[in-house]
Amino acid sequence: MRDVAIVAFAQTRHTDHDTGLSEHELIHPVISEVKERTGLRRFGFTCSGSCDYLAGAPFSFVSALDALAAWPPISESHVEMDGAWALYEAWVRLQHGDIDSALVYGFGKSSLGDLRTIMTLQLDPYYLAPLGLDQLSYAALQAAAVGADRQELDEIVRRSRADGRSNPYAFDLPDLSDKEDFAVQPLTKTDVPPITDGAAAIVLAAGDLATELCDRPAYIRGIAHRTEPHYLGLRDLARSASAADAARAAGVGKGPVEVAELHAQFPHEEIILRRALELGGDTVINPSGGPLAANPVMATGLIRLGEAARRIHDGTASRTVAHAASGPCLQQNLVTVLEA
Amino acid sequence: MPSDPLVAQHVLEFPGGYTRTTGPVIGRFLSELRARRIVGVRTAEGRVHVPPLEYDPATGEPVTGEYVEVGPAGTITTWAWVAEPLDAHPLDQPFAWALIRLDGADSDLLHAVAAENPKALAAGARVWPVWRDRPTGHITDISHFAPEVTKIVSEVRAEYRLQVGGALRVFLEGVERGVFLGSRCEQCEKVYVPLRLACPECGNTLPETLELPDTGTITTFAINNLPDPRAPEVPFVSAYILLDGADIPMIALIGDVPAHEVRQGMRVKAVWVPESERTATMANIRWFAPTGEPDVELT
Repeated sequence: MRDVAIVAFAQTRHTDHDTGLSEHELIHPVISEVKERTGLRRFGFTCSGSCDYLAGAPFSFVSALDALAAWPPISESHVEMDGAWALYEAWVRLQHGDIDSALVYGFGKSSLGDLRTIMTLQLDPYYLAPLGLDQLSYAALQAAAVGADRQELDEIVRRSRADGRSNPYAFDLPDLSDKEDFAVQPLTKTDVPPITDGAAAIVLAAGDLATELCDRPAYIRGIAHRTEPHYLGLRDLARSASAADAARAAGVGKGPVEVAELHAQFPHEEIILRRALELGGDTVINPSGGPLAANPVMATGLIRLGEAARRIHDGTASRTVAHAASGPCLQQNLVTVLEA
Repeated sequence: MPSDPLVAQHVLEFPGGYTRTTGPVIGRFLSELRARRIVGVRTAEGRVHVPPLEYDPATGEPVTGEYVEVGPAGTITTWAWVAEPLDAHPLDQPFAWALIRLDGADSDLLHAVAAENPKALAAGARVWPVWRDRPTGHITDISHFAPEVTKIVSEVRAEYRLQVGGALRVFLEGVERGVFLGSRCEQCEKVYVPLRLACPECGNTLPETLELPDTGTITTFAINNLPDPRAPEVPFVSAYILLDGADIPMIALIGDVPAHEVRQGMRVKAVWVPESERTATMANIRWFAPTGEPDVELT
């Protein structure tokens, strides 16, 4: 495998409401920031992740290209998934060996519609979507399957919000009160991640270019994507077999993990993922606050990669793990191991 | 903010909906549903998947094409309670989502379960499908699942014609005149009201009829929170009232006083309907109301 590293990362100061910026206006600052940081004006490959259903407009990602300087034509691709999968595609593209740099970005404005019911549209159209099964309902089913203590779940939310308050890009959410209402029982309203608009960008560099662009590149030592059946009745919802497989394939257990940034949108997902990735008590989970402190859908997973890389860039860690998820109840999992 | 010209409403919609082909496996399942049967498909490894998929997700192998009728009942494995249903949900009152292991299946079906409250549900609870009136070949042909029947409601109704005669007739004729009639036993000296023909203690006939005052003392009472057509409002108080001079209390409503102020030993007096409205029924007495006299020490 060719050495590929994350050499730059930028994210927006996320908002809990629509500021009225168009998507390319939302993205442009973070693209400019990583260009400035690396000094690169053009990239061997560009890949983005977004979801047209968030804006309710077909091919909405195409107009977002206005943020890139896409003329003369650039080599560009898009995934209708979180930007983390755009990074995965870019990593694969860099393995071809003919290019050395890639720009990856993800963005989404979940404030425009009702995210809870928009997420129903990702479900299979025969068995699940016609029931009107929504995002909080299927998450509650998984929470019920995990059956975790309320105290443990609240502690995860409390820690995430506290970390989020010291992250300038995430929200300042209040601490929990004593009694929280149910969203869909057993899920409480504070278990639900905040509605968030935002974007993030990452630059990947291969070979010598990585050290030229970054003092301390975060090298991708393992990256693996695994999936499991879409239909929830075919899975053991209390566990994530695909996250465990992806972690093994990425080599998470080959060394100590100082920091893990997990794409856990609900506190019970963090419990499932910690078990699946076999993370011990020494691993700091989501020091950024994670998705419970800011959840710009379609950028949240990419931000996990950026946050995990940032700990290596700034020298506070030398081996970190980033996780991204997609689909209902952690159906798909992408695990990346980063090393200095 | 429809008044703000810089804010617009935008709807993404496919009028009439998308037409989707089902393929042979899902199509078979939906056809069976239309005939009110639930089938699973057997995988090459012998497992029965409900609802069926064309391939076994565990192995990627095509399924066998052998369809197995399952259920219709099943067991809840996991559930979540929706206190505030959304428009798109199958039920418009609070309900549960559940993964249901139908009898004979090796995977779980996800559907809605109707229940009165979350306490009525548990993993392991048995549920049965409730079918839509006109199945069309759609997952919602099963309207929802409902808990197994464990109780029924029995209606009981018989009609009778009751004739007032004897002592009660005499008593009610007194009530029509606005007096309470009692009777006194010569042997035990107890005064009964309403009046009786015989002393229940001594067995003697009771020849002596006497008029009793319409004042008395509350010996005990109950605050009722269920509505009753005879009571003016809820809560209302029904009490045992020992009429002055009587030895046996009479049951009557208490009125003109808040329920929480009623007490044992309270002095009360009957409130009669106006003379022009009187009949030979207990409806002549609206209720008993406090007289304001000092309470009586009960022995």
